[in-house]
Amino acid sequence: MLKFIVSKWKYLVAAALLIFLILIPFDWFLGQYTSIMIFIGISTIVTVGLCLLMGYTGQVSLGQAAFYGLGAYFSAVLSKSYDVNPWLAMLIAAVATGLFAFIIGYPIFRLRGNYLAMATLGIGLIIYILFRQLIGITGGPDGMAGIPYLSIGGFEFDTNFKRYFLVWFFCLSVLFLSQNIVRSRTGRALRAIHGSEVAAESIGINVTRFKVKIFVLSAVYASLAGSLFVHHLRFVSPQTFDFLGSVKLVVMAVIGGLASIWGAIFGAGATTILSDELLLNLGEWDIVAYGIILMLVMIFTPEGLFVALKSATHWLQHNWRDLPSIVKRKRKELPAIVKSILKRSLLTRGWRKAEP
Amino acid sequence: MSIDQFAQYLISGLTDGSIYALLGLGFTIIYAVTRIINFAQGEFVMIGGMLSYTLAASAGLSIPLSILLSILSAAAVGAIMYLLAIRTARRASVVSLIIITIGFSIFVRGVAAEIWGVNTMRPPLFSGKTPLSLPFVDAVITPQAIWIIGTAVVVTILLHLFLKYTMVGKALKACAVNPEAAGLVGINSKAMALIAFVLAAVIGGTSGVVMAPHILASYDMGVMLGLKGFVAASIGGFKNPIATVVGGLLLGVVENVAVGLNWGPFTSSYKHVIALAVLLLILLIRSGRLASEERAA
Repeated sequence: MLKFIVSKWKYLVAAALLIFLILIPFDWFLGQYTSIMIFIGISTIVTVGLCLLMGYTGQVSLGQAAFYGLGAYFSAVLSKSYDVNPWLAMLIAAVATGLFAFIIGYPIFRLRGNYLAMATLGIGLIIYILFRQLIGITGGPDGMAGIPYLSIGGFEFDTNFKRYFLVWFFCLSVLFLSQNIVRSRTGRALRAIHGSEVAAESIGINVTRFKVKIFVLSAVYASLAGSLFVHHLRFVSPQTFDFLGSVKLVVMAVIGGLASIWGAIFGAGATTILSDELLLNLGEWDIVAYGIILMLVMIFTPEGLFVALKSATHWLQHNWRDLPSIVKRKRKELPAIVKSILKRSLLTRGWRKAEP
Repeated sequence: MSIDQFAQYLISGLTDGSIYALLGLGFTIIYAVTRIINFAQGEFVMIGGMLSYTLAASAGLSIPLSILLSILSAAAVGAIMYLLAIRTARRASVVSLIIITIGFSIFVRGVAAEIWGVNTMRPPLFSGKTPLSLPFVDAVITPQAIWIIGTAVVVTILLHLFLKYTMVGKALKACAVNPEAAGLVGINSKAMALIAFVLAAVIGGTSGVVMAPHILASYDMGVMLGLKGFVAASIGGFKNPIATVVGGLLLGVVENVAVGLNWGPFTSSYKHVIALAVLLLILLIRSGRLASEERAA
């Protein structure tokens, strides 16, 4: 029995988590968190796309909120102003956003690194300004209200409880789809591109085509999330999709570990809970704390908080027996470690002699 | 558009352009020496502008003294940023460094919103508010605009002289051309990076102090200004300070004249879109060269 549990522990944990996820929205369990869990689910969908793009392919996007916004506004305008069926509107939004990403993808993926970051930022800001200025279509800075709920037949997703399952159905589907992509031939090609574009090209991978493909996929994910967002809140305004919105999405991907599909839930969850629950107690200092956390995570765990925690638990699994002796040894080394961190941050050494 | 109107738009364009040029210089210096795009460049400007308001209007210091203190504070923030945020992140990838500088800018902006609130401030004008009329054409220029354009000219000349004739300036240039070779001849690249950050912060702080009475200061002024500065620097190719200044002036003039034409989409509400479109255009035109540069770096 014990052997069975040990050998299959991953599946058991997954099953337990799934049951936990299903039970959350019930009032006798964690019902008060249903609303925040819906937002986590929606954010996760965008974040997974960003993980595929940034973590696996190594391409930066600082304009992801624009695709999120395009999905949201396409859905809102079509279903409210033009009485299109919300599901059809969602599909049109995804196709249109994907097509847009495809069209801009080829030119902008001739750029790399910093320049790519700036180009995506520029495109994101242009779309954000359009949301604000095309008042006749989008309602301008005040936004749009009264967007219909999604429904299947006569069944309308009109409560948080129902929408919870809808959002997490989409979220888990996206996660599984992405995991399959990562493990497929395409996923290996993406990692090869991340490793070295020249090497990837020399073994016959069409680098630009793969980059554009994954860019389009991430845009479609973002659009899907945007549609779910407006049909959940029934309201949309440009503020959600500004530069800070894009940065928040990047933060979710970074905290979850860029090259980690399931870390996306962790990243989206940690960031949403942090900014909507914990930091609210700090009042207006929340944005300051946000900046500090962002810097600390990037400086000390550049591979992502989730990945760092994962390797830490892995390390504990193997070393927990020797823990007391390791702690003792580390305590002796502590002054030296502190000193080296100080050296790194201050110029004690740098001023005296040039680095070899 | 009559010739007089055109002259007026040209004047505003040159004023805005000088602001963009000063911001662009900060980007160029840091990028050339460290290969980092500093998303917090606009925050140096904001610190300069907001502090000069507090010191001159609230604390009642004389204008020259408040200017000096504001610039020194911006320089200190630049040094702190490099030492605590950039220097500690060794072996960080481009993505990490971008996010670190964004994190720093969010942090500074948040602190500024706490200290100064969300209202816009107008520090006292340097020398009166009577606009001067220009010869030959029917257009005017405000004294503060002259200060801004003058500051841009002086800063550009000083920077040029500094890079060309001082030992430290030459070392900075050496780091920009080839960091490894610079290290081989005994140049401390980390000290140079610190100097680059401080220099960029000083230029940012200076421009903030000078422009705040003209365009008003607020805690979030750095966001859009930073982007415009980046456009200026990217027109200049992130290498040459003079090219960056030309890029900034060009952007300012294009923006203002396009708004002045008031034709089709070029209305004032889309002023920022014009700059962004210029940015994308420049990036795409130069993409081939930029890609090979990034590969080499």
